[in-house]
Amino acid sequence: MRRRQAIAVLALAGLFVSLYLWLHKLGLIGVLQCGTGGCDTVQASPYADFLGLPVALYGVAGYAVLFVVSFLAVQQPDAPPRPARWPDVALAILASLGFVFTLYLTVLELFVIHATCRWCLGSAAIITLIALLSLSQVRRGS
Amino acid sequence: MRGFYVLLAAVGIGGAAWLAYAARHKPDERPAPATPVPVAAAGSFRGYTLGSDSAPVHITEYSDFECPFCASFATVQMPEVRVQLITTGKVQWRFRDFPLSSHQYSRFAALAAQCAGEQGKFWEMHDQLFYNHQWAQRGKNPSGLFRGFAKTIGLDVDRYDACMDSQRYAGRIEESRQEGEALGVDHTPSVYVDGRKFVGQPTSDALKALVDSLTARHKR
Repeated sequence: MRRRQAIAVLALAGLFVSLYLWLHKLGLIGVLQCGTGGCDTVQASPYADFLGLPVALYGVAGYAVLFVVSFLAVQQPDAPPRPARWPDVALAILASLGFVFTLYLTVLELFVIHATCRWCLGSAAIITLIALLSLSQVRRGS
Repeated sequence: MRGFYVLLAAVGIGGAAWLAYAARHKPDERPAPATPVPVAAAGSFRGYTLGSDSAPVHITEYSDFECPFCASFATVQMPEVRVQLITTGKVQWRFRDFPLSSHQYSRFAALAAQCAGEQGKFWEMHDQLFYNHQWAQRGKNPSGLFRGFAKTIGLDVDRYDACMDSQRYAGRIEESRQEGEALGVDHTPSVYVDGRKFVGQPTSDALKALVDSLTARHKR
């Protein structure tokens, strides 16, 4: 249960990070608070869009789904005699997809754009933790 | 379980407060321009062009001289675009300045290009700025380097200096940026084909495919 709770809290934090980047992309927030100065370079690069939509919007949608599923998961029993396993499987699949997408974006930042955005790296750390927690929760249940 | 809800509420309230703060302080956080820019000075100038006015397809590029992707586009894709689309008469290419606020010297570089344009050598300076793009990575004042570019392309350097010192075309550059902003330009380079935003990576092959399909449609 602790893992599911931790995932819900992390997903909510990730949702706010993505919202911050998306609102900046919409022009509703001024200069990003970014110590390295690389945030604007990353956000203004052509890679800030994916399939015609801002990458940050994928983050908002992804974290929102992760938060809803993990919040529902917290309400489900995860111990014998009748543990509900579907939330753990769903979370592991969603988090793995998010992790792979984030890995692609981080590689772009480091090796193509040559600039790093602290908020993007923060989001990468969050999704990595969520993926590790959700996979360990699935292993625990199997 | 109670601790979980308390933590969730704390993250929710903290995150919402942070977003509200960031949105409310938007105007104060934008860096002030170095000097006031009279947009009215731009006049009716619509950007430097390559290719014939009578070309069937018109492409407008919004670009930032300090942006690495714009340099890559100018040095890798643009030579192909010139050969395949501009010299063949299929396209008229228009360059518009879109200096990003995060780039320290992009307005200065845009000014250098405009001052070269005053002497009929905009595209020569455009190429100097993009093909010698190391200046954009150094973060040092590039005025001496740009002056060297001016000499290389054969500008009257005294006229160039006077133009740069007076910031004669600052209004033109700001007007171009505002035009791009109104169109929804959110990254550089952004390309508009016959007024419609080109979605995806603007490679020469992708642009050629689009131009060919538009040209075929024009002929029907």
